[in-house]
Amino acid sequence: MSPEIAWLIARATGQTLHMVAIAALIGSALGIPLGVFLATSGKGELFAAPLANRLLGAVVNATRSTPFIILVVAIIPFTRLVAGTSIGTNAAIVPLTIATIPFVARLVEAAIREVDPGLIETARAMGATPLQIVWKVLLAEARPGITLALTLTVVSLIGYSAMVGAVGGGGLGDLGIRYGYQRFMPDVMLAVVVVLIVLVQAVQSAGDRLARRFDKRIRPR
Amino acid sequence: MLRTTLPNFLQPALATDVVPVGLYDPDNDAEGQAALPAIATTGDLVHIEGVSKVFPAGRNSAAVAALDGIDLSAPRGSVTAIIGRSGAGKSTLIRLVNGLEKPSSGRVLVDGVDVAQLPEAGLRGIRRSIGMIFQHFNLLSSRTVFDNVALPLEIAGLQGRDIAARVTPLLDLVGLADKRDRYPAELSGGQKQRVGIARALATEPKLLLSDEATSALDPETTQSVLELLKRINRDLGLTILLITHEMEVVKRIADHVAVIDAGRIVERGSTFDIFSAPRHETTKALLSGVPGMQLPDYVTARLSQERTSGSETVLRIVFTGPHATDPVLSRLSGELGLDLNILGGAVDEIAGRPFGTLVVSFPADDERLAQVRGFLAERGLSTEVLGHVA
Repeated sequence: MSPEIAWLIARATGQTLHMVAIAALIGSALGIPLGVFLATSGKGELFAAPLANRLLGAVVNATRSTPFIILVVAIIPFTRLVAGTSIGTNAAIVPLTIATIPFVARLVEAAIREVDPGLIETARAMGATPLQIVWKVLLAEARPGITLALTLTVVSLIGYSAMVGAVGGGGLGDLGIRYGYQRFMPDVMLAVVVVLIVLVQAVQSAGDRLARRFDKRIRPR
Repeated sequence: MLRTTLPNFLQPALATDVVPVGLYDPDNDAEGQAALPAIATTGDLVHIEGVSKVFPAGRNSAAVAALDGIDLSAPRGSVTAIIGRSGAGKSTLIRLVNGLEKPSSGRVLVDGVDVAQLPEAGLRGIRRSIGMIFQHFNLLSSRTVFDNVALPLEIAGLQGRDIAARVTPLLDLVGLADKRDRYPAELSGGQKQRVGIARALATEPKLLLSDEATSALDPETTQSVLELLKRINRDLGLTILLITHEMEVVKRIADHVAVIDAGRIVERGSTFDIFSAPRHETTKALLSGVPGMQLPDYVTARLSQERTSGSETVLRIVFTGPHATDPVLSRLSGELGLDLNILGGAVDEIAGRPFGTLVVSFPADDERLAQVRGFLAERGLSTEVLGHVA
């Protein structure tokens, strides 16, 4: 493999990590609160707001059901507004983030719904405010589940990031398509796939380990 | 032994003339500006008056009246039990006391404050003066024993050192000082409930609510948890209101008992009176599981309410108080020349008093029966004719 190709792969890896990291950070920062709200705003729940719950739920579903590549092109005006351009790595972060928010929200919602409702009642009986219940009970008890949810999010983001080559986003997927496929360079394709596999493996096992450490429900051997 | 390990902040509760700290004070409630003025305080810490609770009709269900005209009170410093079958409404009833449920009508006074009228913010204040323990313990799996007990203190806004100063003596009190850094998954059921009890005591409550606290425990562990509760009641003067479906629990620790059935209180009184002279069918049914209360199957199978020729009358004799240990039976057969057949019986202790039941049968006509019952009544023993066996 020539040094030029190696440099291309290194640069593409950097772009992928850059896009994934920022989209995961912003997506989680917005997705986790949204997930908490979805999990606690149903009828008779902590922050009961059934109408807002249904509305946000519908928006989340709509975003989730739009194929990512369509989302990328559909929100180009918005991307331009936010990033100042609709082309390039920074522009690609916008649709990645938009897709991440509802993804994280639904996974976090599921993790929080796993928390025993008896614990919410217990905290209420102690005189906890709804916010205290969220912080001290729901998020604390759902931490292993949320960790796994975020792990899954990052892994999915690595996959999604391959599609943003369509708007000049760069990254490993883009490199694989342009060099590996269109220029018939199987060694580049192979290298791209290997790097992706290593990335996903690393993220997944780090996430698993973290989740296990947070999970105190299992009796230690 | 207990005194020495007692947390300092609980000590004032031992002296009757000292107002315990941490009591809910509606005039000084940071959160509940809307708290209502206190209503005259009586000798009862909890006073429930004419309370009904209707759960509105759902999509697939009709409206359910869970509670119907409940009057109940829990005197200060007492252990009051509410017993009933599952679905009788006791869970709803106990949740009215700390406002987890709102009554459809009626008043729920806790230390003179009508909990039913308090808004959520005001409730938070009063809830900090009411501890609660649960059937399934409801410990946070992500927190150590220490941190679980610390939770209500964190919620009340206490800081690190103040929290430790309260949690440590409580862990001593419940005998779990050596488990402070363990997680709930590493504890047995009995230990988990002890953590639950320590947690419920953390905010120095004046009232402890117990929601089937021993129902998930084996009999031996149940005993030790009940002993702990009794000790807390006795030594700290803490008022306990508990719900259970087990007469055994009532017998061990309750001073007063109310029997609830289909949302109504069907019988109430001192534990001893209810056990020695149950009147309502539900009470009798609940008592049938207690040793000495149930007849052997071969007797019940033959029992009839009609007297036939050659049949024997089945009589339950209840021994209470000082006569519980008298040789009444031998006198009965000796002085009245009676051929007694013993069908069942048990001697036990209820609310700390000796108590025995004996089921006997003997051939008797009305006159003879009256003679026997008179003989026993003279000696302070109550009797109940259960029927006749051929």
